[in-house]
Amino acid sequence: MTASNPELEAEWIRRILAGERHLFHELIRPCERAIYFLLLNLLRNEAEAEDAAQETAIKVYLNLRLFRGDSQFRTWVLSIARNEGLGRLRKLGTRREDSLEAGTDEQTGDYTPAILTSWREVPAEALERKELGAILRKAIEGLPEIYRNVVLLRDIEEMDVRETAAALGITEGAVKVRLHRARAMLQRVLAPQLGGFAPKRRGLFGRRA
Amino acid sequence: MRIDCKHVWEHISAYIDGEVDADLRADIDRHLETCEICSAVLDSTRNFVILVADDRVFELPAGFSQRLHARLDRELELTG
Repeated sequence: MTASNPELEAEWIRRILAGERHLFHELIRPCERAIYFLLLNLLRNEAEAEDAAQETAIKVYLNLRLFRGDSQFRTWVLSIARNEGLGRLRKLGTRREDSLEAGTDEQTGDYTPAILTSWREVPAEALERKELGAILRKAIEGLPEIYRNVVLLRDIEEMDVRETAAALGITEGAVKVRLHRARAMLQRVLAPQLGGFAPKRRGLFGRRA
Repeated sequence: MRIDCKHVWEHISAYIDGEVDADLRADIDRHLETCEICSAVLDSTRNFVILVADDRVFELPAGFSQRLHARLDRELELTG
């Protein structure tokens, strides 16, 4: 994720509206990933998500004049992406069990994590192995949608609580509760699967312990 | 105050994000010093949070960006 720079964004927006249209490419570039994955989460179809992402970018461009700067640019862009996705779902007549609009805080509820006594960290280098990425993706894809979106924006795109709440149209409290539950679910699913990706401890004489 | 494992689990996510107050953080830290299970739960949860933030986990489809900007170029010309 690229950190946003509100002053630079405001400057670009001013120049784009004044006629330097080519600058729009640079303005939208840092938002591309978040737009696509938010739409993929909603639509669950790569081709549809890509088309919706392109439509979103065009709508952002055509409505740029309406951006008031009272939220972050990316938040505004993601709310346009979300509306694009929801509009498509409505058109497809998809019935949704867990609506994104269900904005109230859920009960925190109890959960039991995967109980471990030893956990060895899986280093980021282990992502060179394709299976690890596949296991992580599958675990996240298996989350109920309201949790998946929060994980996507908070932990994958590393947006803050306020920005995530604004982009999803839910309260900050709901973001925190959902994130907590999502991480708990992921820990429970992933911890038993990922031990093998941790570096092996070397025993005496260089043998594997 | 002594807190139990369940209490620690309820706050793990907020703890990772630095969103628990100082008193609760101190209680959790004290608990973690002696509880291997909660330490492992915390470490594993934090580990996943770090791993999923890696761009290699979720990659854009090949050519996504080129196609997006090509379509934008057409749009920018149309509105010019």
